[in-house]
Amino acid sequence: MVEGKNTDRCYCLCFVRMIMLILSLVAAETIAESSRLLPVVPDHKLTFPHDYGAHQDFRIEWWYITGWLETADKKPLGFQVTFFRYATEQNHDNPSRFAAKYLIIAHLALSDPAASKLMHTEKSAREGFDLAYARPGNTNVKLDDWTLVREESGRYQVDMRTGDFGLQLSLTPTQMVMLQDRNGFSRKGPKPEQASYYYSEPHLSVTGTVFRKNKPVTVSGRAWLDHEWSTAYLDPDADGWDWVGANLDDGSSLMAFQIRKKNGGKVWAYAALRDASGDIKFFNPEEVEFTPTRTWQSPHTEAIYPVAMHIRTGEIEWQLTPLLDDQELDSRQSTGSVYWEGAVTLSRDNQPAGRGYLELTGYVKPLAL
Amino acid sequence: MNSASLSRWLLSGEWRAHFVQVVVALIAIAIGVAMAFSIHLINTAAFNEFSAASKSLSGQSDLQVYGRKAFLDESLYPLLVNTEGVALANPVLELDVVVPGKLQNRNDHKLKIIGIDMFRAAQISPDLLGLTEEGKTLDRLASDAIFLSPAAMEWLQVARGDSLSLNVGLQTITLRVAGGLVRARAGQRIAVMDIGVVQWRFQQLGLLSRVELKLRDGVNHAAFKVKLAEKLGESYRVTEAIDQEKRIANMSRAYRVNLNMLALVALFTGTFLVFSTQVLSVIRRRQQFALLRVLGFTRKQLLRQIITEGAILGVIGSLLGLGLGYVIAATAIQLLGGDLGTNFFPGVKPSIYFDPLAAVTFFSVGLIVTLLGSIAPALEAARAKPALALRSGSEDVAMAKFSSPWFAVICISVALLFTQLPPIFGLPVFGYLAIALLLIGGIALMPRFAAWAFSRLLTQLQRYRLNAVFTLVLARLANAPNQAAIALGGILASFSLMVAMAIMVTSFRVSIDDWLGHVLPADLYVRAAATGDQGGFQPDTQKAIAGLPGWDRVDFFRTQQVSLDASRPEITLFARPVDRIDARNTLPLTDDRIAPGALPEDVMPAWVSEAMVDLYGYRVGEKVTLPVGATSNEFLVAGVWRDYGRQFGAVQMQLADYQRLTGDLSVNTVALWLQTGMTADAAIANLRQLPFGAALEISRSSDMRALSLEIFDRSFAVTYILEMVAVVIGLLGVAASFSAQTFARAKEFGMLRHIGVMRRQIFALLAAEGGLLTLLGIVLGFVLGWGISLILVFIVNPQSFHWTMQLHLPWGWLAMIAGVMLVSAALTALLAGRQAVSGNVIRAVREDW
Repeated sequence: MVEGKNTDRCYCLCFVRMIMLILSLVAAETIAESSRLLPVVPDHKLTFPHDYGAHQDFRIEWWYITGWLETADKKPLGFQVTFFRYATEQNHDNPSRFAAKYLIIAHLALSDPAASKLMHTEKSAREGFDLAYARPGNTNVKLDDWTLVREESGRYQVDMRTGDFGLQLSLTPTQMVMLQDRNGFSRKGPKPEQASYYYSEPHLSVTGTVFRKNKPVTVSGRAWLDHEWSTAYLDPDADGWDWVGANLDDGSSLMAFQIRKKNGGKVWAYAALRDASGDIKFFNPEEVEFTPTRTWQSPHTEAIYPVAMHIRTGEIEWQLTPLLDDQELDSRQSTGSVYWEGAVTLSRDNQPAGRGYLELTGYVKPLAL
Repeated sequence: MNSASLSRWLLSGEWRAHFVQVVVALIAIAIGVAMAFSIHLINTAAFNEFSAASKSLSGQSDLQVYGRKAFLDESLYPLLVNTEGVALANPVLELDVVVPGKLQNRNDHKLKIIGIDMFRAAQISPDLLGLTEEGKTLDRLASDAIFLSPAAMEWLQVARGDSLSLNVGLQTITLRVAGGLVRARAGQRIAVMDIGVVQWRFQQLGLLSRVELKLRDGVNHAAFKVKLAEKLGESYRVTEAIDQEKRIANMSRAYRVNLNMLALVALFTGTFLVFSTQVLSVIRRRQQFALLRVLGFTRKQLLRQIITEGAILGVIGSLLGLGLGYVIAATAIQLLGGDLGTNFFPGVKPSIYFDPLAAVTFFSVGLIVTLLGSIAPALEAARAKPALALRSGSEDVAMAKFSSPWFAVICISVALLFTQLPPIFGLPVFGYLAIALLLIGGIALMPRFAAWAFSRLLTQLQRYRLNAVFTLVLARLANAPNQAAIALGGILASFSLMVAMAIMVTSFRVSIDDWLGHVLPADLYVRAAATGDQGGFQPDTQKAIAGLPGWDRVDFFRTQQVSLDASRPEITLFARPVDRIDARNTLPLTDDRIAPGALPEDVMPAWVSEAMVDLYGYRVGEKVTLPVGATSNEFLVAGVWRDYGRQFGAVQMQLADYQRLTGDLSVNTVALWLQTGMTADAAIANLRQLPFGAALEISRSSDMRALSLEIFDRSFAVTYILEMVAVVIGLLGVAASFSAQTFARAKEFGMLRHIGVMRRQIFALLAAEGGLLTLLGIVLGFVLGWGISLILVFIVNPQSFHWTMQLHLPWGWLAMIAGVMLVSAALTALLAGRQAVSGNVIRAVREDW
């Protein structure tokens, strides 16, 4: 049973990967004229801590954290936190402090099997007046009273609270940064410019507090952070995507995605599996295969989602099982987009292997606003 | 025969016999109820729609923060966002921007543009988010995009994708219509743009109109409001939705109440008519009722019979009135708009909502009035001794009971007392009560006066050899004054009200005309499309205009809206060069002022409008604090001036003082006096030659004067209509009472015919009676109307609109109306009498047992 917790009408742009698809479709056509924004190019070396911070010369950027938490009484909880920075390509000459040059969008979701419902809320604002910003140099994003800050030590502090739910978490890295694809140059389609800079921080150790109905609960758990920025991202032929990021029990990390074609088949696919020691194995598009094993029809939107998924990365077969069936985010009232974003458990050869988050987009209608 | 069917039989018999009178009575009730009900419906609809439209702009915020001046510094916004207890702060920048294509319509050429931050507004006023083309969500932030409400699109004749030119100061900018505002209210003419874009493109960097706040759950609104107001200090005001409503109600209250009062006056005239019709109808049947009593009808039965009759008339008439009122209201709104053409509620297209409570109220008023009209004569008829009542000629005696002079004297005395009382909640309630009492008293005094006047006339004229018919007329009027008086009542009521309105409107119009001459002394007035808080002319453009040849004198005005009280509409602040020696040379001052030369050197003088005295208690010679400059400054009230333009208050000050305090050198208006030999056309051509000439709004003072008077006349059009209705009701009254009387006097006429009076002479007699009565009614109506106009001019207007005027009498117009009344009343009397005379002479005499 999903409940759209946030009844506020938020006419923000789209968020999470949805927004990317929509905006990139538009952007793909305008990229040629745009001289202000930089393209994503291969052989660019990511440098830290600089690249933890915001990259204003790119159209879109996000910090995306998902994870599994456990309350003191051993009850599991899933959470998702996303902060976006988006360059509007408007108002460059506008001297107003309200000039909407950059937007900050944030999203918070909590999956609680005990309540068998998904709570979610979203916020958007223009950058300005120090009320909302994404600072370069190190991760430091703010949207009113929501903040995501990376401390010198590498530890992240997230503080996001709304009227009746929210969280306040510390996320400490236990492993080194995982650069995706070619040293952080991550291709998203057959054309070379369809790419992003992309690194992950898997196996973040989480402690903190979750608020439900304003009651604080102490939690701890494991999380996964993605930081990605790009100017042109998706192929116009794309229909949606399936993505999974998982912290495996043996300390290894798995990330896999496929971008589906409008008439079936895939535009692109990718996977990376890094073991606890840091050895990483990449899989090219042909080696990655997503096969639905069970579908669930949303009673809210009638969309059919492959909530249980079989994924093959090279020789390895993974089985994904959702924490809840109903982890659909229905924001038709606001952004008009609907997608499924949920906590899943992974098994390998019928043995429990780890826990992660699965994202399924483009199942309600072709993603064009 | 049981009593119920007897009652029915009596009723139907009476109504069949006097069908015309019944219909007239019904029409009178219906018109009275309809007028009052329709005015109420129109006002309510217009007001509700106006306030709903205003509310839809400010959305569902808990509190709003405004500056004392029209704009506030944007630095307040982050401060409010970070204030403990604030859940959401929504910055808004609202401008009225000139549409160059609409400049020919001086009063209606501005488009309201609301600059919003869509991310904030989404949660407070979602109706203001523009509907973009598919996939172009970002248009809401685009620096060339404007979203228009359907009414604005229609007004501007544009659709999505078209471009739209707007004036900013002396420049023109072009925007793209990016979409619509689908949830704007019908008729609401607004545009929405991104707030950052508005600041930039309309040169309002750093400024906001207001910040709307939503508070966190559990925060005490009242306590928070007080705390925030304290924290922000003098320069800001914190308002709640309820203050907004008060403000809107305040803006139009005087107008609405006055219109309602006029409607009640129509109802009152109708009431009187109904009353007199009932009285006459009962009295005419005194003998009939006496006979019924002799035959065994009890008093109670008789009373019930008469009251039932009145109740049936009241119910049917009031129901007709409700229907008619609804139709009138719907038609008026369709044709004239909710403000009946007065522009009081701009940009609003209300729809009539049938309010059951109001319907019941007005229905009850109609019914009760009719019942009152029946009960008094019914009681009299029931109490009368049957033996006496059976006798002919007892009618006048019966009516004398209704015209005790004491009653009239008390009414008039109380009316005089009421004229001395102050307004209640800013409304001239006692003024209106005084008018009503004066009318009632005047009418009640009528029989005595008629008897006195006609017997004087009779004795005066007896010396001469009078025509027999004329003697008969005078004798009748002098000796049976009560019936005459009742016929007169309707004429008196309607004519006196008409006289009062005519005098008031003329006084107002003449005063405004004089005033316009005083406030528009220059030949030409040049304005730049004002946007927001900036005067359109900067020093360089001021110099360019002043540098043109042909000026005798050039004055610069700076005007601004300033707020002194959260629950009242803003006042207007004028900064202009005021004659230092005698301010009367610049301003239309009243006698309430500091004498020329007596003004101390070291103070800044301010001249306030009459409204400031009434609303804010400003007194000449006192020091007042006004929010001019970075902080508020002290001014000395040096005089009071008449202002018919702004009923919410206005203050004038020296331009030099203003510029010294604020450092703001821009001005809104340039007043130009032409040198002799320079024509206005040549001067306008010169101005148009300037580099920014095309964007100038140039008006000749003569045009502005004509336009102002045109607007004035349009505003009063509705009062003319109400006057006409009052006249028609008055004439109906004449028709009703004359036809009733002539029926009652069938015996008299029969007798006259018997002794040789010809039909023609009886007609002459009727016409003369009608004419003389009307003449007396007109004379008295004039006196009464003059008295009422004094109340309107010197009490109702100053108390509700805060302006005074000089009394002017429209003699020509009054004479014309008097003539028309006289002729139509005589004709009505004649027509009504015709029928009675045409009956069988023998039978008529026989009836007189």
